Amino acid sequence: MALYSEKVMDHFRNPRTVGVIEDADGVGEVGNARCGDIMKMYLKIDDDVVSDVKFETFGCGSAIASSSMATELIKGRPVSEAMQLTNKAVAEALDGLPDYKMHCSVLAEEAIRSALEDYYAKNPEKRPKE
Amino acid sequence: MKIYADNAATTPMSRTAIDAMTRCMEEQYGNPSSLYSLGQEAKEILERAREDVAGVIGAEPREIVFTSGGSEADNQALRSGAALGKRAGKMHIISTAFEHHAVLHTLKALEKEGFEGTLLPVHEDGLVRPEELEAAIRDDTCLVTIMFANNEIGTIQPIRELGAICRRRGVLFHTDAVQAMGHLPIDVNADNVDMLSASAHKFHGPKGVGFLYARKGVRLTNLIEGGAQERSKRAGTENVPAIVGMAAALKEAAANREKNAEHMRVLRDRLIAGLGEIPHAALNGDAVRRLPGNVNFCFEGIEGESLLLLLDDRGICASSGSACTSGSLDPSHVLLAIGRKHDVAHGSLRLTIAEDATEEEIDYMIRNVKEVVEYLRGFSPVWRDLMSGKSQFIL
Repeated sequence: MALYSEKVMDHFRNPRTVGVIEDADGVGEVGNARCGDIMKMYLKIDDDVVSDVKFETFGCGSAIASSSMATELIKGRPVSEAMQLTNKAVAEALDGLPDYKMHCSVLAEEAIRSALEDYYAKNPEKRPKE
Repeated sequence: MKIYADNAATTPMSRTAIDAMTRCMEEQYGNPSSLYSLGQEAKEILERAREDVAGVIGAEPREIVFTSGGSEADNQALRSGAALGKRAGKMHIISTAFEHHAVLHTLKALEKEGFEGTLLPVHEDGLVRPEELEAAIRDDTCLVTIMFANNEIGTIQPIRELGAICRRRGVLFHTDAVQAMGHLPIDVNADNVDMLSASAHKFHGPKGVGFLYARKGVRLTNLIEGGAQERSKRAGTENVPAIVGMAAALKEAAANREKNAEHMRVLRDRLIAGLGEIPHAALNGDAVRRLPGNVNFCFEGIEGESLLLLLDDRGICASSGSACTSGSLDPSHVLLAIGRKHDVAHGSLRLTIAEDATEEEIDYMIRNVKEVVEYLRGFSPVWRDLMSGKSQFIL
């Protein structure tokens, strides 16, 4: 039995949105090197839509695949929808992750949220009213 | 190209061992405890295997107990040393910080039973200092257990010297020789060893079998109770085919040891030199006092599991001390014991080459490791911070 699903291996081997956006509207970084996982996400936002997204990841196969899938899931989506991305959705889109790797999908969710928070912090007027 | 470079994890069985086992399974299937000739024939080859194994390490056949492998042998050695100590009112055991878990976890279990453990440091070079052992031995020390060679970084301990200290101080000395057996010269008398563990699948024998050497007079504690097999020290019908396979593999390994080691050392050093060209990389463990086939590096800015997966795609089987490969949060206790920070310990790679490795394979590994490390660093936020000066390089 393989360690990871075909989907995970595909995203790990061919990460979709790897890279940096120099003039990003929101940047989020989560995790720490001590634990072996760091994800950094860069967002470009136009008209309340995530028009572009890139990531950099230090981590295992599932961390890289989770980053790739999470960015793909929010690309082209309204910010309000991106904000709702859950780790479960990331894991499901990857056809599942081993139990002890679920934290990688959590990290991906947190990285996206952190980048969006950064965007709101820079653009308080865009933050949705409670 | 397909390269199996994880020989410290396990080795492929040698043709000699497979043939010996097959013959045994087909023809000598009797129970060694049975009195008819088929049983006695099995008994005979079992005892011949014992003589062969004993002969390789300079022991008496009666000092060899066949076990299910290295872990069982380690467990039995520690339990035995502890039981003997307890009877004498001595409850202190000395080991090292980078032992195999078969030793460390048994030690932990013994601590719960009232024993006190001291773990010697292994320093940056992965070597125990004899004077530190000398200083750690107390009046109530009953056992010292130090591995012959480390399974991750391959460093070879000064066993003869450590054993001499134990002998002089009247303390039992056990060594986990799982990685060393068949690869290094071992003589239980010259090396001053009282107990020694070994496992067949590390020297081209079958899995699930090993042995414990216990010097005559060292009373063993049973882990498995039952019949009178193995001089009543290990119950259960002997795994005769596996034992015969182990003996055949060990004899072969011992006969070719020097020639193999010489060949492997040259290739190992070529691999170390090649990987050493990667910037911000460091060899783990002493460069000279290490097993002939062991190479272990840390690469800053990347994580080991992704490195292994990409090397697998290129046909290279390797291993890593990264947390992600073990399912725990902490990287290898061995790398932490030699002082590697968590951040770089996650980016470790162990390549353990085979006796029949070629220069072409070594160069293929160097090329591919270089490419994969560079690729992974290319989108690592840790590497970006290091390169931009936002954080400081450790290596």
